[in-house]
Amino acid sequence: MTGAILTPGSRKGAAAMEVAAVKGRSLWDDALRRLLRNKAAVAGMVVLGVLVVLAVVGPHVTPYAYDQINKDDVWLGPLTNGHLIGSDSLGRDLLARLLMGLRVSLAIGLVATFVSLVIGVAWGAVAGYVGGRLDEVMMRIVDILYSLPFIFFVILLMVTFGSNIILIFVAIGAVEWLTMSRIVRGQTLTLKHKEFVEAARAAGLSQGGIIGRHIVPNLLGPVVVYVTLTIPAVILAESFLSFLGLGVQPPMASLGTLIANGAQDMELAPWLLVFPSLVMVVTLMSFNFIGDGLRDAIDPKDR
Amino acid sequence: MFRFIGRRLLVAIPTLFLVITAAFFMMRAAPGSPFDLDRKLSPEIEANVLAKYGMDKPLGQQYADYIGGVVRGDLGPSLKYKDKAVLDILKENYAVSLRLGLSAILIASIMGVSLGVMAALRQNRATDYWVMTVAVLGVCIPTFVTAPLLVLLIASKLGWLPTAGWNDGALANMILPITVLALPQIAIISRLTRAGMIEVLHSNYVRTARAKGLPEHRIVGKHALRAAILPLVSYLGPACAGLITGSLVVEKIFNLPGLGKFFVISALQRDYTVVMGMVIFYAALILVLNLIADLLYAVLDPRVRLV
Repeated sequence: MTGAILTPGSRKGAAAMEVAAVKGRSLWDDALRRLLRNKAAVAGMVVLGVLVVLAVVGPHVTPYAYDQINKDDVWLGPLTNGHLIGSDSLGRDLLARLLMGLRVSLAIGLVATFVSLVIGVAWGAVAGYVGGRLDEVMMRIVDILYSLPFIFFVILLMVTFGSNIILIFVAIGAVEWLTMSRIVRGQTLTLKHKEFVEAARAAGLSQGGIIGRHIVPNLLGPVVVYVTLTIPAVILAESFLSFLGLGVQPPMASLGTLIANGAQDMELAPWLLVFPSLVMVVTLMSFNFIGDGLRDAIDPKDR
Repeated sequence: MFRFIGRRLLVAIPTLFLVITAAFFMMRAAPGSPFDLDRKLSPEIEANVLAKYGMDKPLGQQYADYIGGVVRGDLGPSLKYKDKAVLDILKENYAVSLRLGLSAILIASIMGVSLGVMAALRQNRATDYWVMTVAVLGVCIPTFVTAPLLVLLIASKLGWLPTAGWNDGALANMILPITVLALPQIAIISRLTRAGMIEVLHSNYVRTARAKGLPEHRIVGKHALRAAILPLVSYLGPACAGLITGSLVVEKIFNLPGLGKFFVISALQRDYTVVMGMVIFYAALILVLNLIADLLYAVLDPRVRLV
């Protein structure tokens, strides 16, 4: 997502506002500049980049497979017998399981966030554009859903349909779209009446042109920020489910299942708890730093 | 104001109805039944058991019966715990959850507001950075990481506190669970307070108060703080939801006799009535807390009028 807004292609939208300026810096140039000055955000991006590479490449290069049971290597501490960070009760290599778990958690974060993005933007934009009674009904539905204890419904969903990864995507995505739709609706409402939109209309730009060149690029900022903050929330939700035994099922691993298993055996093998926890915290932190940095960069008035 | 409460309650009833309906049919759609045992029941016995709980009727009829029961305040018997009504299970176990939750939110509010104000008053200086770093950590470290790590370190290795159990609510047994529940809330509350405080300190009426020559502690403590903690009031609802989620984990890890523990177990055992009872309980709790938050907001902020 971050890559998408920073590519030169999408700069066109914002640049349309500065037709007169000769080589004017676009809003996104400014935002990128501010983002790169933010040390925490840059550090977050670097760390996240490393984690993504590890999650994608890692499981292919570890000497053991994540589900390979080694009868002779049970409960090994870090740095013994080729297990860099130890092994678990079945002698499975923790490093291989951790990298696999990171991959699963990141994938769930991305896919479920995408689900929430699609539902939320569509819902919010329709409510905002059309307005009137439809808007009222749609937002009332969001209000009602907001006041439900959603974690219970996710748990019920998992119990009802059994836990498979696709369902986890859908269940969590379906919970997270509410805030997105509110943000998009609010933004659409304010943008609809902005002077520059009126000016574009007066200049004879078509409805589609206004939406494409003025509304969407301005909508993108808050949406991108919220997306970066939703991904860690989703990872957290999945881990929470896995911790309760309702998420990803063994031998597949996610950060949540690893932490849950580690917590059970922590007296005997603290490394099983410590390493997955560490990776979890670092992952969540880098997302949060990037999200905060993006918010400051895109919407500087909040600083 | 009474009209406002009345209208909100009118919205709350269909919401609760929606919750009950959704939970009822989801629970029934789940494969398996509460009477599945390792040994297969003979068909005659199974029919008898089903008839005893009215589960031999068509699903629509059962739904109508259940709704009728809820309206009369009867949540039915538990299907797994013999001779126990759902209401009794709720009554016997809510106190532990409530005590933990309330203590956590109280401690989190006090600590969070103090830290937030400290950070705001020393904006962009060392204190501010420390507080905000701790706040980021608090948001990023989930309860299911802090809980086992704290148990491992403080209870197992150092032996300062008991590792688990309730022990009739002894203080030593409550410290770790409350800490775990409060930490993420402290983080969020201190961030909210800091942001609110910084904004308010730049407002015109604070400048007026300064110009009048009021002492700093009165400006901060009386004029600024009151406006700065407004966002906290609207955070009350989400905070409660967070505490409930947290309590599911905390009660499991510390093996506490609270409600959270029952929910997951009952859902897995298909104890329909207990699951339904808990969903209703928590939904009602969240609705009431949101209502209280809105009322408080109006009391604290004279600009808000309830209509």
